[in-house]
Amino acid sequence: MSTNDMDGTDQIRERDYTGAKLGMWLFLFTEVLLFFGPFLLYSVYRYRFGADFHGASRELDLFIGSVNTAILLTSSLTMALSISAMQKGSKGLSVALLFITIALGGVFLANKYQEWMSKIGHGIYPNSQTLLGQSRGRVLFFGLYFFMTGLHGLHVLAGMVVLAFAAVLVITEKITPSDPIKLENAGLYWHLVDVIWIYLFPLFYLVT
Amino acid sequence: MAETLKWNSSGAESFYRTGRGLFSWIFTVDHKRIGILYLCSILSLFVLGVSFGFLMRLELITRPGPFIMSAQTYNSIFTLHGVIMLFLFIIPATPSVFGNFFLPIMIGARDVSFPKLNILSWWFYVAGASIAIYSLVSGWAPPDTGWTFYAPYSLRTGTNVTLGLLAVFVLGLSSILTGINFVTTTHRLRAPGMSWRRLPLFVWTLYATAWVQIIATPVLGVTFVLVMMERVFGIGIFDPAKGGDPIMYQHLFWIYSHPAVYIMILPGMGVISEILPVFSRRTVFGYSAIVYSSLGIAGVGSLVWGHHMFISGYSYTAGVLFSFFTFMVAIPSAIKVFNWVGTMYKGSIKLDPPFLYALAFIFLFSIGGLTGLILGTLSVNVHLHDTYFVVGHFHYVKFGGGGFAFFAGLHYWFPKMFGRLYNKARATVAWFFLFIGFNMLYFPMFILGYEGMPRRYYNYLPQYHGLQVVSIVGSWILVAGLILMFGNLVYALFKGEKAGVNPWGGETLEWRIPSPPPAENFERIPVIEHRPYEYK
Amino acid sequence: MEEKEGSAKKPQYRTYVFVWIGLLMLTWLTVTLSSANVAGLGMITPMAIASAKALLVVSFFMHLKYEKGFFKALVLVPLGVIIVVSWLVYSDVLYRR
Repeated sequence: MSTNDMDGTDQIRERDYTGAKLGMWLFLFTEVLLFFGPFLLYSVYRYRFGADFHGASRELDLFIGSVNTAILLTSSLTMALSISAMQKGSKGLSVALLFITIALGGVFLANKYQEWMSKIGHGIYPNSQTLLGQSRGRVLFFGLYFFMTGLHGLHVLAGMVVLAFAAVLVITEKITPSDPIKLENAGLYWHLVDVIWIYLFPLFYLVT
Repeated sequence: MAETLKWNSSGAESFYRTGRGLFSWIFTVDHKRIGILYLCSILSLFVLGVSFGFLMRLELITRPGPFIMSAQTYNSIFTLHGVIMLFLFIIPATPSVFGNFFLPIMIGARDVSFPKLNILSWWFYVAGASIAIYSLVSGWAPPDTGWTFYAPYSLRTGTNVTLGLLAVFVLGLSSILTGINFVTTTHRLRAPGMSWRRLPLFVWTLYATAWVQIIATPVLGVTFVLVMMERVFGIGIFDPAKGGDPIMYQHLFWIYSHPAVYIMILPGMGVISEILPVFSRRTVFGYSAIVYSSLGIAGVGSLVWGHHMFISGYSYTAGVLFSFFTFMVAIPSAIKVFNWVGTMYKGSIKLDPPFLYALAFIFLFSIGGLTGLILGTLSVNVHLHDTYFVVGHFHYVKFGGGGFAFFAGLHYWFPKMFGRLYNKARATVAWFFLFIGFNMLYFPMFILGYEGMPRRYYNYLPQYHGLQVVSIVGSWILVAGLILMFGNLVYALFKGEKAGVNPWGGETLEWRIPSPPPAENFERIPVIEHRPYEYK
Repeated sequence: MEEKEGSAKKPQYRTYVFVWIGLLMLTWLTVTLSSANVAGLGMITPMAIASAKALLVVSFFMHLKYEKGFFKALVLVPLGVIIVVSWLVYSDVLYRR
């Protein structure tokens, strides 16, 4: 046994496609449960401070929110198409679609940044004097807004990094049409981030 | 007796010899080496945790104090004792050490599904442990909130709470990765013929535990992130002054932390279920009952977190529901105890050290479980909440249960992991000291608590002094037992007799390969033809 | 060695585009309903629409529709936990004095 462990193990283990996918789904479950905590808090506080939540929600920019939703949904489409392209063997198309996906994620974050900045410009951010002078429901709404969209934004950012790595792996032939699991798992992650946004959007922008 | 699987002589070299030097260890992907890494790091932190507990006990020998530390230090010490013992010792101990080492071997696999994630999870563990220790020595003072980090105090105290929370968050990542690895491995890498009904019981409990790790840990993670954000940015989610609800913190905290109790105890129950058949030379009694009760404990155990909150001021409706589920979870636990006793019945019992530790486990865990029922009763809980009764109860469950199961596993698998035999007589003496010391240390706490002594107090009324002294002397005996036990094992590491393939006469797969096992465990993946524990 | 179930069935590009159009329409619907402020809809309608969208993403984009029953059953585990845990938390929140 002169070879080091890493080589030895990799040679002997057969590629386990379903196992890799199972591991990814289990990881996604942990992400779902991670977001479940703040979602639960949101629902409890909304139950208690319904009127405040309603009022505060009106102040968020529904237009930017809707556009961002469309952007993220579109990025999910390009992601899914990228995987299809890979499975069908068109490597170039797959990489191009990956880059479009990353770019759309970037646009989403840029919009989010604008939105945050405009709120902060109005003196509305956690622990600000303006916000603390307002009702408790509004403090909680904006506290949750910044926390949850911030946490989601971090996941978008992480997703973009993951996709960039996937693109590199495709280009260097580490991801191939016969072994596309890493790309598929990266896609699963990206779609999950989209699903979380699908729920965040009505919670913060559509409280009627 | 089970037939030894053949290895040609060159391949049977132990996994200790596959690489030399530090890097061959800390960057290894071999599940056995990772198990050993965990063993070393977890035991170092265990020593630290024991020292804190020992000092905390010692402080109470005089009243009103100070004897050896100030009140503020006392608060930090019980916090750190809790954080280290729970998050750094007992939660990872059995799954990460024995799970990593034996899960792949027991199902007839060469490694876990994601070996690289496996070593990453150890790295997260080391990072978390380092941050926890750093929070001790940096900043104004170590965290003083107790291991529960209850809001709103944890939001306001000037002590190093943010770092402490970060440490637990990172440890959570480690726990999640291990969980994902174990579930995937159990589903995907079982040897041919290793059907679900032929899985060793330890594997079943690891599987159930891994699910709890995956599902519950993220909730704690995000809760701690919220508290950190509150401390740094003041977002106000749990702060009553800003409209937040501290009881929601308690909910979210216990949604993880109660199931975490089952992360601590379930793998231990698996270890016991492995040991009893071997030393009784009998098939385990009620294999299916043990399997289903493991799953039942993992399931129902996730629904009982509210019994930590009976007097928090939450609704009576919730109190009744949580009390009900608390009584329900006693059923699968009791089923297990019946099965273990049934396994021993009419067996030809060998009183070897692993078996003695297993017996101690059953005894101590039963006391811990039954006192849990007393605490789960709504009206009684009003009187006993936050008293020494609770402290006694959870030490019986976690240390008497989880801890003794870990020691049992250590004595059972030591020959396999290190290829050496330890001195049985000395191990038995150590076991005796541990058992006596343990009961002297924790049993008086039930009486103290019943008489009204609150937990976490630096000073106490004179009438509690007598029992406090008994408990403190018990802690000395316990520590003596620990020193004896570890001393004996360390001695055996260097001077012990060589262990054969199967020193105990076990029937599971790990007893059919050399001790210590070779790098890839099996030369040829074995084909499983019958259920485990088939003694003729 | 098993067949690679997931990559064996390749959904058409067209399918994905249809799903995407559906998602955009649902977004338009939920925004319109909320702006029109139809009385009595509360939180139920937006959440129902969000769940429909999530189901589309999970079934098609995440391929769950094409997976074996095992994966479908697996998804029920976190969902079940979320429902039961929420129920227990609300047994406190709704009845607190």
